[in-house]
Amino acid sequence: MTTPVLQVKDLRVHFALDEGLVRAVDGVSFDVNPGQVVGIVGESGCGKSVTMKAILQIVEPPGRIVGGQILFQKDSAPAVDLTRLSPKGPELRAIRGAEIALIPQEPMAAFSPVHSVGDQIIEALRLHERQWRPSGPRLSRTEARSMTVDLFRSVGISMPDERVDAYSWQLSGGLRQRAMIAMALSCRPRLLIADEPTTAIDVTTQAQILNLLRDLQRRHGTAIVFITHDLGVIAQMARYVVVMYLGRVMEQGSVEQIFHAPKHPYTRALLRSIPSVNVAPRTLLPTIAGSIPHPLGRPRGCPFHPRCPDAIPGLCSERVPALRPVGPTQLASCFLYHRDEAVEP
Amino acid sequence: MSATPWLLEVRHLRKSFPIRRGWNRKLVGRVSAVDDVSFTIREGETLGLVGESGCGKTTTARCILRAITPTSGEILFRSANGRVVDLAPLSRAELRPLRPQIQMIFQDPFGSLNPRMTIFDNVGEPLLVNGLSDRRARLDKVADLLELTGLRPEHMHRFPHAFSGGQRQRIGIARALATEPRLVVADEPVSALDVSVQAQVLNLLLELRTRLHLTLLFVAHDLAVVKHISDRVAVMYVGQLVELATAEEIFRHPRHPYTAALLRAVPVPDPHAPSADVALAGEVANPANPPAGCYFHPRCPYVTDLCRTEPPPLREIDAGRLVRCHRAEELALSGVVVDSRGHDGRTT
Repeated sequence: MTTPVLQVKDLRVHFALDEGLVRAVDGVSFDVNPGQVVGIVGESGCGKSVTMKAILQIVEPPGRIVGGQILFQKDSAPAVDLTRLSPKGPELRAIRGAEIALIPQEPMAAFSPVHSVGDQIIEALRLHERQWRPSGPRLSRTEARSMTVDLFRSVGISMPDERVDAYSWQLSGGLRQRAMIAMALSCRPRLLIADEPTTAIDVTTQAQILNLLRDLQRRHGTAIVFITHDLGVIAQMARYVVVMYLGRVMEQGSVEQIFHAPKHPYTRALLRSIPSVNVAPRTLLPTIAGSIPHPLGRPRGCPFHPRCPDAIPGLCSERVPALRPVGPTQLASCFLYHRDEAVEP
Repeated sequence: MSATPWLLEVRHLRKSFPIRRGWNRKLVGRVSAVDDVSFTIREGETLGLVGESGCGKTTTARCILRAITPTSGEILFRSANGRVVDLAPLSRAELRPLRPQIQMIFQDPFGSLNPRMTIFDNVGEPLLVNGLSDRRARLDKVADLLELTGLRPEHMHRFPHAFSGGQRQRIGIARALATEPRLVVADEPVSALDVSVQAQVLNLLLELRTRLHLTLLFVAHDLAVVKHISDRVAVMYVGQLVELATAEEIFRHPRHPYTAALLRAVPVPDPHAPSADVALAGEVANPANPPAGCYFHPRCPYVTDLCRTEPPPLREIDAGRLVRCHRAEELALSGVVVDSRGHDGRTT
């Protein structure tokens, strides 16, 4: 039995707004094993990005982690609970960027426009040097630079010697995202968080980037949390999938289970409603009734019950189903499978 | 189907934008956003226009709407009285009587409705502008339109902020239909929506198409969506039309290497499907400085010497089937086909 790199346990992140309390993440649990790609999929407002921010401890106020644990396993030491660390403290800063790296959605906004991309990676390498290289002499700038060139080469950037000195705005979208991947991998993280890394990119470039990520993952064995709203991307990238809706995990399981034997009505409906190239054209798609509720107007009981075709009257609208096993490695939070397993109020 | 007359015929449409640099805004070059595009749309038909960002699909749509003036070319439109008019050279005043016949559905449901106007005012404005000044009549008409697009008419006095993205997109559709247009241009109408809501709006468009016999120019980058709604599909690359065929044909037997690569690059929502293996190397050419010969040749796996020097013309290789490729006949390209198990496999 391998110890997970990351264990998220009953995570709760709430935003206290003037208009009321938004429970952006409300009891989310999942594990990420070493070298595993876990996909988090969900529509807007499901809390997937807030979960990512909670892991990195970069939730902006008024958001606050109000409950749960995020256990991160460093080498052989006992796991650290990231929620207990001060967001600006030295322990967390040693982890963030070095042990847990992020590939953001919009690399244009992530890179500084006034420093060359190379300089920004060199800075990260030197800043986190003791995390990825516990011993040895201090890394010189020239050394760091040549490492950056190697990194650029490994992520498929042509002419890496020249591109190191380029500014982010001089690079195309695809190259920028490759540079971002190089930066994320620079300190050899144990865990990589990819937050919609290809959403802002065209399909042909997206195919290249996904391929690169798959290839790097295989080579380095980095665990990846892959966040996206695109079910196609998830099917191609993840081994294990977490489906979220309104701050809760609806279902999680292996990618085969989620796509070929989904248990939760939401997962089923979501999969049916995507127009795919193989659905008969110009026919009506099966839809999910209604729309995603406003974050302040969260329904009582199971968050999906007002749109659920299988809702059990009197039960789903009152009590919140707990996430329980529905098969080997597959869990669902639905009363159809566990009538008596509700979350304690 | 060929008996149906065309409603819109675009002929050799070009639109270039100046590139200006320096303090005196000196003209240093031109970007050909749309470079000799021709196609027709028949009455009651949905034509999908696909391509990656910067391929000129939106510029084409905006030229047809005459939101911008094309550099050259003709946009022939068969107006309600049967007369054929070329929209391209018309002035604002001349366009006015034709505007109600061509309407638009926008991409962003949050930016395209006036937040200070109620739904009644938003949807009713095109009616008011076009002379329906009786408020009572307008109320009735707006109620009908909201009902048609699946909204509750009693909500018409609310403001846009009270509606979700999907509902706002329905409001946008209701507004576009207010003047009973003969042609509707929809620019990425579902790409800002969540998956579960996207299906509802697509279904609505499909229903309206049959009920109102709508003619639709559907601009999008999502191939699955385009295939689902379109009768025919036009693929654009760096300002040019590279292929045009029926939706079934283009997905089954693409004839242009770019179309084939585009199809293969789409991640399929099925873990058993072969992963989108490197479809294309390199990046989209710069439209301000396109390569010589075929614009696609630096990325094309089937490139020959001819492709590097000689730009291929857009040819009709079968009836109604246009391809811009020197080697269209000899290449056996793989499409995305449906097999009996329900999920797609790819032919080789």
